[in-house]
Amino acid sequence: MARKLLLELADIPQIQNIDTYISHGGYRSLEKALKKMTPDEITEEVKKSGLRGRGGAGFSTGLKWSFLDKSTDKPRYLLCNADESEPGTFKDRYLMEKLPHLLIEGMILSSYALGSNTSYIYIRGEYMFVLRKLEKAIQEAYSKGFLGKNILNSGFDLDLYVHPGAGAYICGEETALIESLEGKRGNPRIKPPFPAVSGLWGCPTIVNNVESIAAVVPIINDGGDEYAKIGLGKSTGTKLISASGNIQKPGVYEIDMGITVEEFIYSDEYCGGMKDGLELKACVPGGSSVPILPRHLLFRESNGDSRRMTYESLSEGGFTSGSMLGSGGFIVYDEKQCIVRNTWNFARFYHHESCGQCSPCREGTGWMERILHNIENGRGTEDDIQLLWQVQKNIEGNTICPLGDAAAWPVAAAIRHFRHEFEYHVKYPERVFDADHTYQPEIQQTYSLTT
Amino acid sequence: MPKVTIDDISLEVPLGTTILQAARMIGQNVPPAMCYYSKLEGSGGKCRTCLVQVVAGSYKDPRPMPKLVASCRTTVMDGMEVRNTTSSEVQEARKGVTEFLLANHPLDCPVCDQAGECKLQDLSYEHGLSKSRYEFKRREFDRIDIGDKIQLHMNRCILCYRCTQVAEQLTPERVHGVLHRGEHSEISTMIEKAIDNDFSGNMIDVCPVGALTDKTFRFKSRVWFTKPVFAHRNCPGCEGKVTLWYQGSEVLRVTSRKDKWGEAESFICNSCRFDHKKTEDWVIEGPAKIDSHSVISQNHMKFELPVIQPLLTTENEQTA
Repeated sequence: MARKLLLELADIPQIQNIDTYISHGGYRSLEKALKKMTPDEITEEVKKSGLRGRGGAGFSTGLKWSFLDKSTDKPRYLLCNADESEPGTFKDRYLMEKLPHLLIEGMILSSYALGSNTSYIYIRGEYMFVLRKLEKAIQEAYSKGFLGKNILNSGFDLDLYVHPGAGAYICGEETALIESLEGKRGNPRIKPPFPAVSGLWGCPTIVNNVESIAAVVPIINDGGDEYAKIGLGKSTGTKLISASGNIQKPGVYEIDMGITVEEFIYSDEYCGGMKDGLELKACVPGGSSVPILPRHLLFRESNGDSRRMTYESLSEGGFTSGSMLGSGGFIVYDEKQCIVRNTWNFARFYHHESCGQCSPCREGTGWMERILHNIENGRGTEDDIQLLWQVQKNIEGNTICPLGDAAAWPVAAAIRHFRHEFEYHVKYPERVFDADHTYQPEIQQTYSLTT
Repeated sequence: MPKVTIDDISLEVPLGTTILQAARMIGQNVPPAMCYYSKLEGSGGKCRTCLVQVVAGSYKDPRPMPKLVASCRTTVMDGMEVRNTTSSEVQEARKGVTEFLLANHPLDCPVCDQAGECKLQDLSYEHGLSKSRYEFKRREFDRIDIGDKIQLHMNRCILCYRCTQVAEQLTPERVHGVLHRGEHSEISTMIEKAIDNDFSGNMIDVCPVGALTDKTFRFKSRVWFTKPVFAHRNCPGCEGKVTLWYQGSEVLRVTSRKDKWGEAESFICNSCRFDHKKTEDWVIEGPAKIDSHSVISQNHMKFELPVIQPLLTTENEQTA
């Protein structure tokens, strides 16, 4: 049985109720943190734990906290990024829906560590039902004295608010989130200055993912060193993975970092293997924006070792033969799936979600979508594949925020690893409307050679 | 004072100078800027044409920056080394950005009033491809009259956000901004409300393309057939320093004076721009200095072309 740090209590009935949560050991970290520890000690503990941002970039949370500008007398803010909109990622929703109090407990600990007296949970507008649960939980926490003035007689005040977004993926980018929270158009800001120096209303601000903040609770309960023992190398602790696609058991799984990808897909404890007895063709291991990996690269690193579910192992080989752990949106494709169609679907998403502020992303995402749409519908040419490659190259790295990169990477990886499928679409345009049109001997042959 | 090296030319600049400003101080190899406007706070960073490569961050931290950076928004550090024209990577990226900017641009230069003083024309002349690779339908918008003197033609807009910054920073009440997102973004007033304030005309001057045009000048003449003259008047609303654009003895339009980088030296009021179009309203200072590269200078000293003149008057009657 796998260890569960975050989802340990998830299946207990009525756990959304504060009394049930407390009776199972919830909020016990507050007593320890607020009375016995200084804010800097908490930051130190988080640093020791080696916790890395769970939103996708994987930047050390403790280090991020230590960048917070404490030299000014401006107020400081902690924002929780619950604008989870990446296709394939749904772990934060699960966590907040099942355990709203865990997030609130983490918010109190983190706010105390950062000296924030007003903190916000920025949740995506589509999660209105989660927002109501969170608001109810916050009310309960206020009535128990865990929020408000002078929490547990420690002298620390905290007001916690939930703010819904209005349905834009881009507001999950931290500076766009800040703009949106300020009531403006959700356009990312140009960095520097970074939010840790000048964020919400020009004040020092830290933005953390839901899972990162929730992970602070076990870190304080058990100690950072204990937490760091789990995992492999610089990828410590447990990670929530949202598994979806053609697998037996899609869902949210909490894994110890460092299990092999093969185990994760095929063991009964997690995904339970492929559905309908089909073979695995490809996998997007970290949400729609990370490069797609074909089977032969998914299970093995370039030196022949098994690929593991860690930040380092999944990105081994760079973008030529690796991918990223990203936000943990694990999408598995069987051999009947069409990679071109999938890439088009992703490109369509990024086209729809581009904010339109900077030109490469505004024009390039739409262009890529249209080319992919043509190829998928049998109107593509050989030159289109080349053009698509060049368009994605012109977007990547030239935009204000990472959305441009996120749009370019899946396209680049699809062409890099599945060029034969693109060529197949161009070569046999009459077949593209058949069901399972890439489940053909020509394609099978190409990729059985590489497996 | 921090020392910066741009394309192997070193210069000491005041603290807080951006790479683009430093390049302008040097005066050569200046990255093109479509959205940056030194007189507007918060402008820049959006068009991505001014991307440069930083090969050394500073003396303290000589590591190169991982990505190309927008020179208009990146502050110079002591010992920074920047590559602009000497970096093939930058040239490639700029070519890519130019292609993106032109992807949805109608390329209607033959009927566009901005032609001849259009930044996008200059940019595509230097960095564009000879043929468009974008084969899809370009986005289309209806023309909107924002106020009785200004027309907005969104098809040509490159979303530099300069006009919204003018509205925000020069005028008391902001009535326009950007609607929608992504490719569908458009500059608009809320429900086509007119922009009615004394400095609204400056939106025309800051627009790098022909998206915002002066309705009193529309289709009157190509800019290179007019003769720019500096003039001033005692204006209660603004500094009153303008450029008059003559054709023959007639003033066709009044604009602010542009500096070497195409930016207004001082913003002028609508009264100067639209209501004073007679020579006797102004004190003439002399011919305006036009960059020798500009197509306007090609015809600078000729007063009129006899062949064009009759054609233009008939065309005026048709389009007016």
